[in-house]
Amino acid sequence: MKPNFDQFKLRDAKKAKKILKKIEDADEKIKLMHVCGTHQDTLVKHGLDPMLKKVGVEICQGPGCPVCVTTQREIEEMITLAENGKTVAVFGDMLNVPGSEKTLLDIRSEGGDVKIVYSIDDALKMAKEKDEVVFISVGFETTIPSTANVIKNGPPSNFSILPCNRVVPPALEAIMDMGEIDLDGLIEPGHVSTIIGTEPYRSLSDRYKIPQVVAGFEPLDLLLAVWMLLKQVQEGRSEVENEYKRVVKEEGNVKAKKLMEKVFEPTDVRWRGFPNIPDSGLKLRERYGMYDARDKFSDILGPLKDREFEEPEGCSCGAVLRGVMKSNECTLFGDECTPNDPVGPCMVSREGACNIEYRYR
Amino acid sequence: MCLAVPGLVKNINGEDAEIDFGGVIRKVNVSLVDVEEEDYVIVHAGYAIEKLEEEDARKSLEVWEEVMEAQEKMQG
Ligand code: SF4
Repeated sequence: MKPNFDQFKLRDAKKAKKILKKIEDADEKIKLMHVCGTHQDTLVKHGLDPMLKKVGVEICQGPGCPVCVTTQREIEEMITLAENGKTVAVFGDMLNVPGSEKTLLDIRSEGGDVKIVYSIDDALKMAKEKDEVVFISVGFETTIPSTANVIKNGPPSNFSILPCNRVVPPALEAIMDMGEIDLDGLIEPGHVSTIIGTEPYRSLSDRYKIPQVVAGFEPLDLLLAVWMLLKQVQEGRSEVENEYKRVVKEEGNVKAKKLMEKVFEPTDVRWRGFPNIPDSGLKLRERYGMYDARDKFSDILGPLKDREFEEPEGCSCGAVLRGVMKSNECTLFGDECTPNDPVGPCMVSREGACNIEYRYR
Repeated sequence: MCLAVPGLVKNINGEDAEIDFGGVIRKVNVSLVDVEEEDYVIVHAGYAIEKLEEEDARKSLEVWEEVMEAQEKMQG
């Protein structure tokens, strides 16, 4: 059988117009947040952003970019490992993120062993030929199960991970709790939800009376999600609805969730632009502690502990990630800060709001 | 980074499967999902994270069209 992917491409322009018309007729000014670079990509690439604005719907990205929300300290840890002769395996998006002086790319051109991987399994394979391999474990719930799988299977002793993972629901809670931005609804990330299901969002709706819709990544998915949120607003409901039923189950991927829980436990962690968010990070459970690069290489990483790391001067990534500022409102956007010469991670990652804005503008 | 793309499962061999991404075949880890050959899956960072229901893609749209049309009628 040859695959037919067209059936999953929900891009019918006529249908899109119809939904847009519905949204327009609803005649409501609303502000929404999503937390996913892939959503932002769809919104900007297909020109939905301006179309929706015209009919009264404003959407901002929020902290939905795993690379963007890593802290300067974590970036410095990655760089320090590479500078000290470890093989550092990273997703490509991390390579050009500026540390306090250098990037991983700089270290590589100076002879450091920095390898781009597509999957943690690629990093694992490297451990057969290399000395010490550290996989930089960046990513939300979508990515975490793959890391958990490798750790559970007992990788070789010269393999470790630098845990920089974060989970989404506590960050949403932080956004609501900080109350900096007045939101009428949340578009929840489809592939994070593929793993965690729809249940973890429920307490948020209960507590903050905020409508939520889990959405897919095709243009029609997002338009439908907006329309569903609009209906909730108009009808005074604050529920968790699922637009992406072709993938997301209510209970999520149970196998993947169990695996995550077996290997990791929650821990408090900072996100760029945010204070410490309780239980929003993950650390390896004690029985897997030998795979934690922070412990394993505490001789190298220890000295970083007492140092303070400043975010790049003039960079507004933090405000962009909290949804209080648009990328193109940053004074450095497009002049001093471009994908080729980025100041902050939001311009580096292809999931970052600044990078997406720059690419499609 | 949460970008995930659909693929079609070809041969399964333990934790791994060959997945057809429309001409390009890649090895993908399928240990997180229960799938058979000829199933569609969503793949992220080398792992299939969920099965994709063929019918549901079409259905989700049809359902919404119905909902919207019903509403149109109600509003007259
Ligand atoms: S445009 Fe550049 S400097 Fe401004 S917020 Fe984005 S990444 Fe930071």
